Amino acid sequence: MADKTVGTPLVKSGLAEMLKGGVIMDVVTADQAKIAEDAGAVAVMALERVPADIRSQGGVARMSDPDLIDQIIASVSIPVMAKARIGHFVEAQVLQSLGVDYIDESEVLSPADYVNHIDKWPFTVPFVCGATNLGEALRRITEGASMIRSKGEAGTGDVSEATKHIRTIRGEIAALSAKSEDELYVAAKELQAPLELVRQVARDKKLPVVLFVAGGVATPADAAMMMQLGADGVFVGSGIFKSGNPVERAKAIVKATTAFTDATVIADVSRGLGEAMVGINVSDLPAPHRLAERGW
Amino acid sequence: MAGSHLTIGVLALQGDVREHELVLDGLGVSHRHVRIPTDLVGIDGLIIPGGESSVIDKLSRIFDVRDPLISAIAGGLPVLGTCAGLILLASTVIGAIDGQQTFGGLDIEVERNAFGGQVESFETSIDMPVIAGGPVMAAFIRAPLIRDVRGCSVIATLPNGEIVGVRSGNCVGIAFHPELVAESRVHEWWLDAVVAGAQR
Repeated sequence: MADKTVGTPLVKSGLAEMLKGGVIMDVVTADQAKIAEDAGAVAVMALERVPADIRSQGGVARMSDPDLIDQIIASVSIPVMAKARIGHFVEAQVLQSLGVDYIDESEVLSPADYVNHIDKWPFTVPFVCGATNLGEALRRITEGASMIRSKGEAGTGDVSEATKHIRTIRGEIAALSAKSEDELYVAAKELQAPLELVRQVARDKKLPVVLFVAGGVATPADAAMMMQLGADGVFVGSGIFKSGNPVERAKAIVKATTAFTDATVIADVSRGLGEAMVGINVSDLPAPHRLAERGW
Repeated sequence: MAGSHLTIGVLALQGDVREHELVLDGLGVSHRHVRIPTDLVGIDGLIIPGGESSVIDKLSRIFDVRDPLISAIAGGLPVLGTCAGLILLASTVIGAIDGQQTFGGLDIEVERNAFGGQVESFETSIDMPVIAGGPVMAAFIRAPLIRDVRGCSVIATLPNGEIVGVRSGNCVGIAFHPELVAESRVHEWWLDAVVAGAQR
């Protein structure tokens, strides 16, 4: 009889498969985590400050206090994710020891290493990483990421970057799958990704892991648009708890993510939600403040 | 195989719907999404996939498919529930969130996240005497455990005796994910013994 083997690629990417069709919500307190769970979130992202506050307050953004993460883990039964800085493998070790269910190696926090991302293979806990294009997604998967989210531009409430990134990734996959076998060598060189992985994506016409969208989703219609563009699910960061009516907005985004092709449902859930987060146009952000440009 | 004339519904509110569909494709079995009540008409069996049981429960009520599902299951529609799907079939859930409901079908007590968090998720192979050809590959992901089987028959256990699969009539619930592993014997058995069996 076989032993139990933990931390295999299958169980790491498998948890992300279970989250498909769902909404993952940023929360900064145990109370918010309960609200998110009650509203139908498939998982919560535990952090000290939502991206909109990180953006407005500035300074170095780091892993959250372990006490906060413990409280959030204790308060809900759905998976709890937490963010480590890009390249900060010790923050990741700490988060694994706390028992989080997924680590987000995130550009929303200040990078700890401008050369290397975390080597994610040795960890038992799975990682989700951001990407703006296919090459970036494949490099993260090569490093051991078990789930990819397009980056968007976190903390803005402006969905345009999320749109750009999911369209870019899906478009590059389509272009890759149209190539002949002998063109994949150069494609791999251009994508800066291993040939075998490039061949797999060309053959399967999809990433080998789940692809969510993040960064700027603020309304039910935003979430449904990301799903229609081919996302497996959505992350909503500042968009819920920075809005006028977080409970109703959270429920509405969950419904719209499930019924993403049904405009009648999306219209219905969009009624009377109150103020959406105020938002910042990404085009008004000076380049040093664009989080999506962190990571490579 | 026996399943080639069947149409299987996959409850497609949230979760790993696609993985079950890929297994059915591999077996040449036609399938359709079940999201609204009319999707249930004409299916020979229903798969409730893995996902978050609390979310699938909520969505089933929001989209008005809960009551028709309960009637169909009570009326003998063959069902396979995996992981979250097992929880949704159980009569009693330990560790449910406030107000969480199930569809029923299996008079059992099931515990959510019984092994702990994701770092305790594991792969193994297990004996399922109903399935020929030796131990079955199994992925347990934040998996539940069956704590009390009451009148149901046990079809899968871990080496330490913990119960991870039960059957009651046409209703089968298992705590792991046969749809994620590189074999399809659990689906083949369910299609042959339960779904096709219900038609004989």
